[in-house]
Amino acid sequence: MAEVAATVPETPRTRTLVLDVRGWSGHRAGQHLDVRLTSDDGYQAQRSYSIASAPGQPLAITVERLEDGEVSPYLVDVVHDGDAFEVRGPIGGYFVWEPGDERPVLLVGGGSGVVPLMAMARAHNAAGADTRMRLLYSSRTLDDVIYREELGHLDGNGLDIVYTLTRGQPPGWTGYARRIDDDMLREVAWPAGDGPIVFVCGSTHFVDAAADGLVRLGYDPRWVKTERFGATG
Amino acid sequence: MDERRLDGNAIGGDLMELFGTEMTVAWAVCRSCGAHEQLAEMRVYRDAPGIVGRCVHCEAVLLRIVHAPGRSYVEFSGVASLEMRVS
Repeated sequence: MAEVAATVPETPRTRTLVLDVRGWSGHRAGQHLDVRLTSDDGYQAQRSYSIASAPGQPLAITVERLEDGEVSPYLVDVVHDGDAFEVRGPIGGYFVWEPGDERPVLLVGGGSGVVPLMAMARAHNAAGADTRMRLLYSSRTLDDVIYREELGHLDGNGLDIVYTLTRGQPPGWTGYARRIDDDMLREVAWPAGDGPIVFVCGSTHFVDAAADGLVRLGYDPRWVKTERFGATG
Repeated sequence: MDERRLDGNAIGGDLMELFGTEMTVAWAVCRSCGAHEQLAEMRVYRDAPGIVGRCVHCEAVLLRIVHAPGRSYVEFSGVASLEMRVS
């Protein structure tokens, strides 16, 4: 069982839950956990959520509210400190970055797909790793950018961040303002010849577009790691 | 574009419960086309009646998992072999 130790509102649609899990074995950056809720009549609903915290930091997940969802509205709007629910994890070994990996890292996130990438950015920062790491983050608007303040501190401190705002931009915005395409990837991504490793996370459409584009740029498909989010919350 | 299509990461928890170990990094050989892929990379549909995993190359069905109260049904008929790391 996980007990909610703290909640942190991130954006109007997302909230971070810091969890206290007895016997938690620790995790690697990029892994997720499953949350299982059981109603009074025994009905169970289960969803996967990426871990946002770096290894060694207090365990945290960030959840986006999907309207009509069975689990996410509860986690974003209802639970409070001291509430408990069942979790299983950590899960995953494919979509994982280790601070000892010396290859340049490209992180490509769409919406809440940034969550496991944030765990990697935090792990990179916590380790004082000097490997190059760049984040390309696609968000609807600036207000939808999760971890905006913390990313502002990380940007330039071993991590480069490039935003694209697909649905609305603040006055004076000079960054990208469209969905990720091959031209954008060509401008942002490390040269394929540098042998980078890539982590792409977001909706199926987003992940396919970014991963296919990177392979067209000459990226080795083996090192373009992908994780797709479902539309059920 | 089919937004219902996920990947093997999405069923890592289901596989872990069944096998007792991390399975998304296991390498599977597709019985249909012979492709060699990690289970994390397979195409996964989990809104079918149960979970269906398909080969990312030829789309043949690799596995099916159906959960029922108190039991799970597992079929790996499309997997010719599985290779996993043991410690």
